[in-house]
Amino acid sequence: MKEYVLLFRHQDGQAVVSPEQIQAWMQQTMDWIGTIAAQNKFVSGTGLPFADAKVVHHNKMVTNGPFGEIKETLGGFIIVKADSVEEAVEFAKGCPVLQGEGNTVEVRQIAKKDGVH
Amino acid sequence: MAQQEIIPHLFRTEFRKITAVLCSYFGAGAEGLSIAEDIAGETFLSALENWPYKGVPEQPVAWLYTVAKNKAINYLRRHKHFHLRIAPQLKNGDAAEEMDIDWSAENIKDSQLRMLFAVCHPALSMESQISLALRVLCGFGIDEIASALLSNKETISKRLQRAKEKLRHDAFHTDFHETAVVTQRLEAVLTTLYLLFNEGYYSESNDMVLREDLCFEAMRLTQLLLDNAVTNVPNVNALFALMCFHASRFEARKKDNGALILYHEQDDRLWNRELIQTGVQYLLQAAQGTTLSAYHLEASIAYWFTVKTNNTEKWKTVLYLYNLLLQVQYSPVSSLNRVYALAMVEGPAAGIAAAEQLRLEQNPYYFSLLGTLYQSFNIEKAKRYFDKAIVLAKTKGDKEVLQRKREQLK
Repeated sequence: MKEYVLLFRHQDGQAVVSPEQIQAWMQQTMDWIGTIAAQNKFVSGTGLPFADAKVVHHNKMVTNGPFGEIKETLGGFIIVKADSVEEAVEFAKGCPVLQGEGNTVEVRQIAKKDGVH
Repeated sequence: MAQQEIIPHLFRTEFRKITAVLCSYFGAGAEGLSIAEDIAGETFLSALENWPYKGVPEQPVAWLYTVAKNKAINYLRRHKHFHLRIAPQLKNGDAAEEMDIDWSAENIKDSQLRMLFAVCHPALSMESQISLALRVLCGFGIDEIASALLSNKETISKRLQRAKEKLRHDAFHTDFHETAVVTQRLEAVLTTLYLLFNEGYYSESNDMVLREDLCFEAMRLTQLLLDNAVTNVPNVNALFALMCFHASRFEARKKDNGALILYHEQDDRLWNRELIQTGVQYLLQAAQGTTLSAYHLEASIAYWFTVKTNNTEKWKTVLYLYNLLLQVQYSPVSSLNRVYALAMVEGPAAGIAAAEQLRLEQNPYYFSLLGTLYQSFNIEKAKRYFDKAIVLAKTKGDKEVLQRKREQLK
């Protein structure tokens, strides 16, 4: 069994939404994670607050961000167990983040500790 | 991890509580209100970033209040200028770190009542008041307000922005011990709540859930006034009774496709007896004292429409109430309804004579009333009146209702 990280990329991380909408997303996210956990394939995850976000550049210059320069921002991630990337992709397809136009979920395998893969 | 459910509308409910309570510290001017709204919104985003992964906290509401408080403290720490200006209003000392926020049920209620008075400000247009009330007092989002009021997001955003700019910093601090001030402003508050309710009850929107939400929000806000000794006056009881009588028909008027079932087609077994009973109780409460407001009269008329008998005595009473209502507050619709009641008492010929005196020839209901009254004398003429009414009707829904009535003529 391999581990994959599902990265949520938002097109517009600062859109103003209604409390009712946030609650709907919350419920959908919990249900989504719940289905993965029910198969014993959920490892961990977290949201990534936008507040206080910084970007450190190659010359060690620090900017507030990542807003402004790049459109996409990372909103959070979960780590799942899966037999193949295809299975991980199936999990990703259920992610509520995908309801937002332009939003994506990137699926990446986590390097195994044995260094062979 | 077990799947968890969150109480429906929890965030909407807590949004308005958090916003109101924060405004009791920051003031209800454009700046204070925007900060309070932002903090409330960010609080829910924090929940979204945590709860799905770590589970819903055991005390979700307390969790939200703690996060909101920390965000408020952070804000004050970072914006020293704002802090200095609002410092006199901060109840506990001047250091942001020491700020304590009173989340007691009592303070939440008091803050929401103050917010209600701040929003229903004569300086704001009625549509601004309704939009702002939906936002800060009901916790609706821009999208939801736009679909409830059949408008678009841009218009609502601009309207909210302009409305906030007109609010004064001290608008939040109505002195509820000054009876004269409260009485004067209460009129404006009641008008807004009445229109908010009507917006839901008569709206063109097909979203029945949203429409009923609007009505229940108006009732909830009216309840806030009833819960406070200073604002629990006969007018408020009368308005609440009126809302109960109307709301009792929600189930009966619903059709599967979102269309409305007309009053005379409704199955009265679906009328909510409990709400009617509640309405009666509040109407009795309203009868104490000497005021006889338009709300008293409208509620009394609405009561008679919950009684499905069709005898002359009922219509005599309704006619009498319309006579009084027109003296207190004239409106074309009331004068047309009065004629209908008159026709039920004295017969359609008398109704036609009275209707023709009104000459409301721009009003679709004038012609539909004439059509209804003419049907026993001249069916062709009746149909022609309905045709005129359909042409004049402003919305698709109104046209459909009139078309249905025309088809039912016999």
